[in-house]
Amino acid sequence: MTPEGALPIDVEPAAEAVIVRPHGNVDLSTSPDLRAALQEAVARKQPHTIVDLSQVGYMDSSGVATLVEALQLARRSNGDLILCGLTDRVQSIFQIARLDAIFQIAQTLEDAMGGDT
Amino acid sequence: MMAMMKTAMDQPADIRIQVLSCPSLLAPVRQAIEAWCTLAGAIDAERGRIGLAIDEALTNIIRHGYDHRPDGKIYIDLRRDSTSLQFIIEDEARQVPLSEIRSRDLDEIRPGGLGVHLIREVMDEAVWSHRPQQGMRLMLRKNLVETSKTVLESQHDT
Repeated sequence: MTPEGALPIDVEPAAEAVIVRPHGNVDLSTSPDLRAALQEAVARKQPHTIVDLSQVGYMDSSGVATLVEALQLARRSNGDLILCGLTDRVQSIFQIARLDAIFQIAQTLEDAMGGDT
Repeated sequence: MMAMMKTAMDQPADIRIQVLSCPSLLAPVRQAIEAWCTLAGAIDAERGRIGLAIDEALTNIIRHGYDHRPDGKIYIDLRRDSTSLQFIIEDEARQVPLSEIRSRDLDEIRPGGLGVHLIREVMDEAVWSHRPQQGMRLMLRKNLVETSKTVLESQHDT
């Protein structure tokens, strides 16, 4: 059960990957929940950590910072971190922060699983 | 720049919001401000970006001004004229040296430090100052694009 106010996040194993799927808005109040889930996912030491953002309607810089931190953590573990399913609004912050070229970004979860970024 | 600030400060606010420095209140404040932006004639893309910029400003106050204390006061005034939307955000927090408020080098790939860059990128004007007694003041202005102004003018005509 998710504590009141916490961000619901599914963490699912897949072939050579862990899929992290947050549901809701990621801002200063909820980014610590995403950070904890990503740290747990990267610690599983699968080659790919896939963050499915299709259920995230809003993200601010604290959410972006959390993803940058997870990307660095994954790379230090010789893995990678792939984002997929970005809504227009979430995509917009990556563009404004000029981070859209830093991350591997796939259109859909299927594309991310298939390596189409 | 100072002339713009004086003009905006002289006008009564459409709305004044007082909110505590509690992260869980960011979402409802963002929603309220975006709703006002719609009434004021902002198009969808502008509205979302303005909500982001205000969110970043409030986040900076919570983090750096109040050091994550959840009971600090933040005041947000919303004003508009025929060409722009203006936001004045004030707090009673620690006065941050103005020289420390700057965008970071985006070539550095590291978490954090993006808030000021996002605010400056979204808004047409962003001016930080110290309030006379205590706290900080942030004056933001967003020019409405032609499509928005058309909506605003039609609202005024009816």
